[in-house]
Amino acid sequence: MWLVFQKEIKELLRDRRALFFMIALPLLLFPALFGIAGYFANKATTEAASKALIYGVVGGQYAPELVQKIDTKEGFEAFADFTESNFRQNIEQGDVDFVLVIPENYQQEETLNEQVKIELHLNNSSLNAVHSRVNEIVKELSDARRRASFSLLGINENRQEAFIEPIVLEKIDIADKRESIGEKVGGFVPYIIFLLCLSGATMPANDIGAGEKERGTLETLLISPLERTSIILGKFLAICVAGLTSALLTISSMATWSIVLSQGMAIKIVGDLMGQIGVIDFVLMFLMLVPIVVIFASILLTLSMSARSVKESQGYSGALNLLVIIPVFLAMVPGITLEKGWSWVPLTNVALAMKELIKGTMDYFALIAIFGSTVAIAAALLSFCVYWSKQEKVLFR
Amino acid sequence: MIEVKSLSKKFAVENPKKLSEQERRDPRLKGRFFHSVMDVSFECAPGQVLGLLGPNGAGKTTTLRMLSTALQPNAGEILVNGIDVLKKPIVARKKIGFLSGSTGLYGRLTGRENIEYFGKLHGLDEATTKKRIEELAVLLDMSSFLDRRSEGYSTGMKQKASIARSVIHEPEVVILDEPTTGLDIMATQTVLQFIKRLTKEGIPVIFSTHHLEEVSELCSHVTVIDQGQTRFNGTIEKFRELADNSLNDSFLSVLEDQSSRSSKSDEPVQALA
Repeated sequence: MWLVFQKEIKELLRDRRALFFMIALPLLLFPALFGIAGYFANKATTEAASKALIYGVVGGQYAPELVQKIDTKEGFEAFADFTESNFRQNIEQGDVDFVLVIPENYQQEETLNEQVKIELHLNNSSLNAVHSRVNEIVKELSDARRRASFSLLGINENRQEAFIEPIVLEKIDIADKRESIGEKVGGFVPYIIFLLCLSGATMPANDIGAGEKERGTLETLLISPLERTSIILGKFLAICVAGLTSALLTISSMATWSIVLSQGMAIKIVGDLMGQIGVIDFVLMFLMLVPIVVIFASILLTLSMSARSVKESQGYSGALNLLVIIPVFLAMVPGITLEKGWSWVPLTNVALAMKELIKGTMDYFALIAIFGSTVAIAAALLSFCVYWSKQEKVLFR
Repeated sequence: MIEVKSLSKKFAVENPKKLSEQERRDPRLKGRFFHSVMDVSFECAPGQVLGLLGPNGAGKTTTLRMLSTALQPNAGEILVNGIDVLKKPIVARKKIGFLSGSTGLYGRLTGRENIEYFGKLHGLDEATTKKRIEELAVLLDMSSFLDRRSEGYSTGMKQKASIARSVIHEPEVVILDEPTTGLDIMATQTVLQFIKRLTKEGIPVIFSTHHLEEVSELCSHVTVIDQGQTRFNGTIEKFRELADNSLNDSFLSVLEDQSSRSSKSDEPVQALA
């Protein structure tokens, strides 16, 4: 068995394509993709916030103080050829970024008894910060007018707060930081790990089973003085190692890169969370991953051995990738927890247990049951894989 | 010495609708089973080369796969130097060397690593494996390419490495399934020289082929299989005597004789010699 395993690993390490998917992709490409996406998102947001906004005002005569404030504010430019009657066309043609339509009732006498609605016309289909930037100016004037209204009514400053919001419902979260962040990101972690584990094992599995058939090397292996069970187990172990390596490399790579690139708030939160998860929880998560890898490797090897060619095997493993997404995705859906029978759904239960471990709220007795049932499924699938892969109708298909 | 007695092998037909018209008419199709090999017997003594002949689909490859232990027969007996292959397949495999025309090599391993791997699988220690590879490298003129990855080998180089791989464990019998199919003249010559060398060493060789000139050049005995049954078993001289002109005619006469008998009776026909 170990001879077969060693040979498979040696071949795997010399396969550039497999190494790319197993090592290079998780190590470099994922962080690079996240980095590029982050860079462009950040650039677009900064541009939207600092871009000079060209504008037009309809009914400016009713609100000279507002018009003046906008005019003098940095980053706003009035459009010279603005025609009040045809302002929609100005927006559509891209001449102006926004148009303010000020109603007649903006100008009020000292009574201040009407609410004023200023319309902000814009093309909101692309990323922009127009509303927030204009609202900054409008809010300033609105606050001033509110203060004036209260003084008209003779309400002092202390009572003003009670007047605006008489009763406040304040939310006090007793969940610790770990639980609260774990709930948000905990479902995502097993999703990534499971899928990378599967994708890392897929290519070697296709090559180790169907590839051997296609190249005509399987028959010679079958007539070597080695039990067929040992041959299958040797191949199975190589696929497991490939899957685990891929998953662990990805996690280490993501952790490293998140430290390297830690600038944003979100990454800092992940860093804080990682710091709070204990070594035992990490070990438990890894242990939970072992039967999962066995399940994936058994199914992949069974499919690969059943296929006549690598191409056929790739078709099967592609379908498996889609099937695995469903139960793992369920663990990310809000409201799905280990209660309500979900602890009996394979893969979903392990993903949910990993989430609980990240949150630090795992019931360790439930973990034994989940681990036990997953190990039982893994053992059954491995036994079937060995039984099936030894069949003549499979080997000589 | 290899002794094969009344070997038979059937395969379940998973989807009878997918069978071709010719397959449906084949008398070996019985219900949901296709009896690929029904009754094959022959033997090959030390120093003999047995040519296994038969039309496509006759059951040659299935027979040789059973001999090599890759397939398990449904009935019959195979003895390799007295060892029952069916009862002790692992022991028998150490005594058998097998090579086919479609056998491949692990492309990402060098020729040496390919041969070493099979040496280790056969339980050879490192020193013995190394010594054997050096011997075979000289014998088959492989030294110049043995340490290159085999994915870049020419057909001839591949076949030389495959031959070395199949005899690394010094087998007591050698089985070759159409070993020259798809090879160029030079590579074919390498295989033929290899068979001659084995004969000199007193190793029994069984090989299937469609090339009757190879049979003429190498074989001391001939077995003809058709529709899963032995139709002829005898020396090359007896085979030649079946027709005056050529081995081709001898071969055709065995098949024609069989088809004329079949048309007269549905009873299975006994081996001729």
